[in-house]
Amino acid sequence: MKKYILDFRISENTKLHDNYALLKLTPADGRPLPEMLPGQFVEVRVDRSPSTFLRRPISINFVDCLRNELWLLVRKAGEGTRTLCSLSTGEIVNLVLPLGNTFTLPEKTDEKILLVGGGVGIAPLLYWGKYLKEKGYTPQFLLGFRTDKDLLQYEQFKQLGPVYISTEDGSLGEKGFVTQHSVLEQQFERLYVCGPKPMMVAVARYARKRNSSCEVSLENTMACGVGACLCCVEDTVEGHVCVCKEGPIFNIERLKWQI
Amino acid sequence: MTASGTFGYGEEFADFIDLSRLGGIIVKGTTLHHREGNPYPRMAEAPAGMLNAVGLQNKGVDYFIEHIYPRIANIDTHFLVNVSGASVEDYVATAEKIAALERIPAIELNISCPNVKEGGMAFGTSCKSAAEVVRAVRAAYPKTLIVKLSPNVTDITEIARAVEAEGADAVSLINTLLGMAIDAQKRRPILSTVTGGLSGACVKPIALRMVWQTYHAVKIPIVGLGGIMNATDAIEFLLAGASAIEVGTANFIDPQITEKIVDGIDEYLEKNHISSVRDLIGGLIL
Repeated sequence: MKKYILDFRISENTKLHDNYALLKLTPADGRPLPEMLPGQFVEVRVDRSPSTFLRRPISINFVDCLRNELWLLVRKAGEGTRTLCSLSTGEIVNLVLPLGNTFTLPEKTDEKILLVGGGVGIAPLLYWGKYLKEKGYTPQFLLGFRTDKDLLQYEQFKQLGPVYISTEDGSLGEKGFVTQHSVLEQQFERLYVCGPKPMMVAVARYARKRNSSCEVSLENTMACGVGACLCCVEDTVEGHVCVCKEGPIFNIERLKWQI
Repeated sequence: MTASGTFGYGEEFADFIDLSRLGGIIVKGTTLHHREGNPYPRMAEAPAGMLNAVGLQNKGVDYFIEHIYPRIANIDTHFLVNVSGASVEDYVATAEKIAALERIPAIELNISCPNVKEGGMAFGTSCKSAAEVVRAVRAAYPKTLIVKLSPNVTDITEIARAVEAEGADAVSLINTLLGMAIDAQKRRPILSTVTGGLSGACVKPIALRMVWQTYHAVKIPIVGLGGIMNATDAIEFLLAGASAIEVGTANFIDPQITEKIVDGIDEYLEKNHISSVRDLIGGLIL
């Protein structure tokens, strides 16, 4: 899949709670967005942030073909992402895209599919959910947050299928971690997971026990994003592989996680 | 040229630039045997730079010859192989195998990798061991031999002179500077290896100084690298005495930077009515 370096214009920056921003971007030259697949990511150059040297890898949250907009859901994790969250409408950002691989489509459209997201890890699942729905699948969503104040993109997910919510403090949905949610008493044939590593490990363990197929989206610290620097490696059954190039989506059977 | 370990085998950048405009691509540090490299995490951002602790992950020279070389042999640029090893015998055996490859006109002997326990930088931090490995490889490798020097030494010119005396055709400098990053909240090192190699814009003044000192110490050509982020940086290295330059970490931030640097040097020459880039080499006015 061809990769590009393109300038994008911020068409909208919506603050979501204190710690997140939803950036909608459109190609600065007005041309159509390049083809992008769910699960892929972009590397954003962070200008005007002197302490940020490298680009920041950000998941593709959604692709709105009608409006020619790419959505990035950004959590303020440090100086670089704080700068991105503060960009104003009309400002230009430079992106390398699309990077990485995509999720594996289920074999049959009637498979029971659950997309599990934690915190900002819900980001790639929105585009993947829409993609699945368009292909005739019926995805369900289990989303976990710390509190009701961290809830992200609930309205958008609701349009794609049933949405189950967990919060750690019980302020919304069921109390506890996603792995404690009652929906997991059902048998799912396929799980797709993105969130904090301990959450993904816990869901992977559940999937292994239930004999469900499970793919996770990793976010190892990376520099180049194209498989050149070999910094973001994950230990797999084939040895160290680059998350940026062979991932970020991995079937848990490829990983050497203790599950 | 593109610096080893920052440009893959070129293919990763083929979507972004015309590879034939590069002077050459120096492929990732290659060793006699397969190496898994260091555990994750291997990278930490630094002010105007980054630390890496990759540890020469590569599939070994035989895999390179069998699987990668046929793939890249048709790309219209020069491919050089960065050769590393844990012993003199390893370096020699790897260099001999590379020598047989028609499309590889030169090797860059890496005696300066800070991220491996055995070999690597250990060879490049004393004149005696640097001389020993260069002497052995020189005897076995008939093509152009570039020796990549470590900045983690008291006097880089001594090492440069030692490898020149053993028949190196050129030296390249600098490899990364040994550094460290700490997560204060966790009170732990960020890199799995605790220390790693610092590269990027922040190392440029040190690299420039070392190129300039080495230019006055040896007669063989110098390949300058270390923190080159744009054409002006590249020109500064030429003025300090480099005959060629390598671009490394900058490729991560702008995958098109090498072409921009080539264009930028051309523009500089034209604007200043300089007929050849050769006229810039060592042209520093004191």
